[in-house]
Amino acid sequence: MTDVVSVRDLHFSYPDGHAALRGVSFSLCAGDKVALVGPNGAGKSTLMLQLNGILIGRGEIAIGDMRLTRDNLPVIRGMVGLVFQNPDDQLFSPTVFEDVAFGPLHMGLPEAEVFKRVDAALESVRMTSYRDRLSHHLSVGEKKRIAIATVLSMNPSVLILDEPSAGLDPRARRRLINLLRELPITMLVSTHDMKLVEELFPRTIVMDEGLIVADGVTKEILEDETFLNAHGLEKP
Amino acid sequence: MHSDAFDRYHHGHSLIHDLDPRVKVVVTVAFILSNALLPDAAWLAFLLAWAFILIANALSGLGLGFTFRRSFIALPFALAAITALFSIPGAPVMSFRFLMQDFTITDAGLLRFVSIVIRSWLSVQMAILLVAVTEFPKIVHALNHLRVPTILTVIISFLYRYLFVLTDEVMRLLRAREARSAGAAGKRGGGSVMWRARVVGNMAGQLFLRSYERSDRVYNAMLARGYKGELMTIHPHRFQAGDLLIGLLALVCLVLMQVAGRLP
Repeated sequence: MTDVVSVRDLHFSYPDGHAALRGVSFSLCAGDKVALVGPNGAGKSTLMLQLNGILIGRGEIAIGDMRLTRDNLPVIRGMVGLVFQNPDDQLFSPTVFEDVAFGPLHMGLPEAEVFKRVDAALESVRMTSYRDRLSHHLSVGEKKRIAIATVLSMNPSVLILDEPSAGLDPRARRRLINLLRELPITMLVSTHDMKLVEELFPRTIVMDEGLIVADGVTKEILEDETFLNAHGLEKP
Repeated sequence: MHSDAFDRYHHGHSLIHDLDPRVKVVVTVAFILSNALLPDAAWLAFLLAWAFILIANALSGLGLGFTFRRSFIALPFALAAITALFSIPGAPVMSFRFLMQDFTITDAGLLRFVSIVIRSWLSVQMAILLVAVTEFPKIVHALNHLRVPTILTVIISFLYRYLFVLTDEVMRLLRAREARSAGAAGKRGGGSVMWRARVVGNMAGQLFLRSYERSDRVYNAMLARGYKGELMTIHPHRFQAGDLLIGLLALVCLVLMQVAGRLP
């Protein structure tokens, strides 16, 4: 079976010359829930933007059995659901409904299907009653859930989340963790929340200075304190 | 942090609230246009227009005086018409000297000035009512349906969405400045005016940079969900016979107002 995501020898430098990715390779199998950890500036966000083709570097990225090129970007973007760290960046429409409908509409789905997708996406993040609310009146926790719904409505084959638990109070964080656990979808989650990593993800990828420095079973990685400290991380 | 300073929508259910937003926008614009077209000193027509607003107020369930109370905000703008007092030729009513200039108020000028103030005051009330009874996204949808160019409606809706985020950003900047504006006991704190001005300038620059970077991230978020350069939305508005009827009725009222304004 082909991997859902496979990345081979990915390099990327920002226009100012800063090399953010210096040869990254990994793959995700269907159903994998993988944590992506590493200090600030390690290249996590850059890597995530690559998977959706928003930044394009040197190397090879394949989603399913489709290689990411400039021509199939629209298809790839429907398959890779990217959830940004700040929900205010992600929720740009006036109402919740319009935000969740944005992806399906741009995929060119017929209206009836769009409505069905929106309802299903809101249902799976348990926010059905928020359909007609205004985005800017929601709390951060609510915004995060809606932000996840905005990509679920595209029926992506992989979900990429940037810092989903940042800035959440314990209850909102707990709800989010339960939600991520229940979602039956492949996901790659960048986070600094090591407790979350320990609890939710069987596999962890550690990045530092644009390279993957570890990729393996979460438990083993979290046990190696010297290794964690060397890469600016902490044992939970 | 929530900034609701700009939200003028008053939640409720009434005949006017539930009216199709397109009808509301069309009637409001037609009302403003009709006011502008009324001749000077068409007192009967002004009275009718005011009655029209009162009826709309009453039907909206917000109270008869609702728009009246909020309308004074726009009066200073009507003062731009003050030159009409002096510039229309007519019989002098009153003269005075001000800044070594002679000013003469004429009767025709006075009539013109009062009429302009009344017209703008009536028009503003209608606009206030429109935003009070229609959720903002619906107004934008209505504009879309009425064939207002998409680029304009998109700009308006982004402005509306991020106005709140930006005000929050400003509040945070101001709060951060406040928190560090310490003063030594017994000394006047704050530094010179020049220094203060520089701080404010830097804050404005910060705000611009933050907004600029945010726009980048928002655009990325749009791309990530398949944006290809054309914004698509879906607005399930149902246009009902009742909407049409009320809209037509309102337009007939406006025509009657015009007739009343032109009676000899």
